[in-house]
Amino acid sequence: MTDRLPGFSTLAVHAGAQPDPTTGARATPIYQTTSFVFNDADHAASLFGLQAFGNIYTRIGNPTNAVLEERVAALEGGTAALAVASGHAAQVVVLQQLLRPGDEFIAARKLYGGSINQFTHAFKSFGWNVMWGDPDDIGSFERAVTPHTKAIFIESIANPSGSVTDIAAISAIARKAGVPLIVDNTLATPYLIRPIDHGADIVVHSLTKFLAGHGNSLGGIIVDAGTFDWSKGNKYPMLSEPRPEYHGIRIHETFGNFAFAIACRVLGLRDLGPALSPFNAFLILTGIETLPLRMQKHCENARAVAEFLAGHAKVAAVNYAGLPGDKYHSLASKYAPKGAGALFTFSLKGGYDAGVNLVSNLKLFSHLANVGDTRSLVIHPASTTHSQLDDAQKTKAGAAPDVVRLSIGIEDKEDLIADLEQALTA
Amino acid sequence: MNHDAYLDSYIREILNTVKSIAMVGASPVNVRPSYFAFKYLAQRGYDMIPVNPGHVGKSLLGKPFVASLADIGRPVDMIDIFRNSSRIPPVVDEALKLVTLPKVIWMQLGARDDEAAAKAEAAGIKVVMNRCPKIEYGRLSSEISWMGVNSRTLSSKRAPIPTQGMRLSLNRTSVSGGETAASDRAAKDKNDLS
Repeated sequence: MTDRLPGFSTLAVHAGAQPDPTTGARATPIYQTTSFVFNDADHAASLFGLQAFGNIYTRIGNPTNAVLEERVAALEGGTAALAVASGHAAQVVVLQQLLRPGDEFIAARKLYGGSINQFTHAFKSFGWNVMWGDPDDIGSFERAVTPHTKAIFIESIANPSGSVTDIAAISAIARKAGVPLIVDNTLATPYLIRPIDHGADIVVHSLTKFLAGHGNSLGGIIVDAGTFDWSKGNKYPMLSEPRPEYHGIRIHETFGNFAFAIACRVLGLRDLGPALSPFNAFLILTGIETLPLRMQKHCENARAVAEFLAGHAKVAAVNYAGLPGDKYHSLASKYAPKGAGALFTFSLKGGYDAGVNLVSNLKLFSHLANVGDTRSLVIHPASTTHSQLDDAQKTKAGAAPDVVRLSIGIEDKEDLIADLEQALTA
Repeated sequence: MNHDAYLDSYIREILNTVKSIAMVGASPVNVRPSYFAFKYLAQRGYDMIPVNPGHVGKSLLGKPFVASLADIGRPVDMIDIFRNSSRIPPVVDEALKLVTLPKVIWMQLGARDDEAAAKAEAAGIKVVMNRCPKIEYGRLSSEISWMGVNSRTLSSKRAPIPTQGMRLSLNRTSVSGGETAASDRAAKDKNDLS
C-alpha cells in the first residue's frame, strides 16, 4: 500500500507530461490553436458551466500550458497552477481575486523595482492600497495589518539585493491576521526554496527567469498551495460567494483545495485576458527539464564570482547570502541550503562612476534588464530597473546609486572571473 | 486509517472496484456540485442512484430518485454522501441497517464525522471523508490536468482519449501518497483551531 515518491529532478522532466494520445509524440506538442471543438451542445454547456474538465479557448486554458501548470505545481508542492503571460500578469490576477477597491495588502519593501511600481502606481488606480513591510524588521509587517488587509506579499530571495526573506516568520503573521501569504519565488526557484513548505499559501513566478532559464520567453505562473480557508469570515467573496457569471457556483465549495487556482483561471485570466502563448509554454517547459542542473551550476558560479569580488582591492562590499559573514547567510543556510541563488549585488570603492565604467568594460557579461539567463548579466539598478524610485526607496530596496547587480550564468566560472578582473583594472 | 491524508492506492482501489454508487443528497439543479459529480461519474460508467426524498417522482439524467437508502431495493457498492457534516450520522446509521452493507461510505468535500466513520469502519466498511470522487477520479486518471491541477501522478504511457462512458486508467505512478504536504498542513491547522 505504499506509493514511492519520485524526486525533484524526475518531476522536473516528467510531471504533467504524457505521450500525446493521438500521435504518441513524446515531447509535449505545441497546441498552437485558439479553440477546441465540443463533442455536442451538452458537452459545450458542461465546459462553460465548469462542470466538466476540458478545453474551450486558449485564453482560458490550453493543453501545452496545462503541462507547464501541472509541472510547476508539482515542483512547488502545490495543488494546482495557472500560467499567464508574465510575472506581472500573475500578480494582477492573484490580487484581483483577493482585493476589492479600498482594500489593502502588505508588501515587502525589498522587491523587484517593477513590482514596486506596479503596486504603487498601477494598482492605486484599482483602489488596491499597498502598505510596506521591512523584511529586516519582521514586526513591521504585523504593525501594518489593518481590518482592510487582504494579503501579504514577499519575495523569497529579493531582487536586486539577493537577500533571503524569513518566510516562516512572515507566514506566522499572515496566519494570525487571517490573510494568505503570497511568495514570489522567481529568484530561488523551487529547486532552492519551496515556499509552501515554509507557510506560503500562494506562490508566483516570473517564469521568464531561471525556470525558463534561457532568456527567450516571457511567462508567469500562480501556484495554489491548497492551504487557505477562503470561506472563513466571508473576506474573499470572489471565492466564497455565488458567482453570477457561472450560474451561482461557489468556487471554493466546488473546487476545494485548488479553488484559488480555478478562480484565477475562470474569473481572472478569462476576464482580464493575459494568456500565455502555447509556444512560450513549450520553450519554458523545455527549460524546466534542466532546472536542477542549471541551478547547481548557477549557484556554484555565483559563489566563485562573489568570493573573487570579495577579495578584490577595488570592491567595497559584496552582498551575497551564500558568503559566510553575509547579513543573510544564516537565513540562506536555513531556507536555501543547496545554494543562495545566482543574483547578487556589489559596490565599488570608486562609487557610481566606477560602476558605470565597469559595466561598459565587461566583454562577456551582457548589460541588460533581465535575470536568470544561461548568460551572465550585469546591470546598474539605480539607473534602470529601479530608476523610477526616489533615492530613499532605492536604498531601501537594495539598489543604492553605487550598487551593481550581477546575474551569474552557467558559463565557465574562470571566464566570468577573468572578464570581471579585466573590467575592474581597465 | 489516517483520514487527514489518504494514500493514492487506497482511493485508486475504491474507484477501480466499486460499480454502483448511491448519491445521498443528489440535486436535480444543474449548477449544484452534486449534479455535476453525479453526471461525471455516470459518464465514466458507474451505475448511479440518486437518493433525495425531496425529489421522488423525478429523475436525474434518466435515473429515478429514491427517498432513502432502503428504498433502493438492491445492494450498492458505495454510498456518496453529499450532505453537511452535521447531517452525516443519520445517513451512516441508515447505511448500517441495510441488508447488504455497502463496501464504501464516501463523504463529500467539506464533510467529515470521525465518530460516524469509526462506526462504519467497525462494520468493515471503507471510509473516505472530505474528498470528491469526481475530483479524485479526474486526478488519478490525470483528466483533471486540463485544469492545471496537480494530479500527483506520472505516466510514460500514451494517454487515452476520454470519451463519454469510458473508464480511464487510474493506475498511473503516484508522486505522493495522499494529499500534498501543504494540504496536510491545512488539515492539521483546521484541527488545531477547532
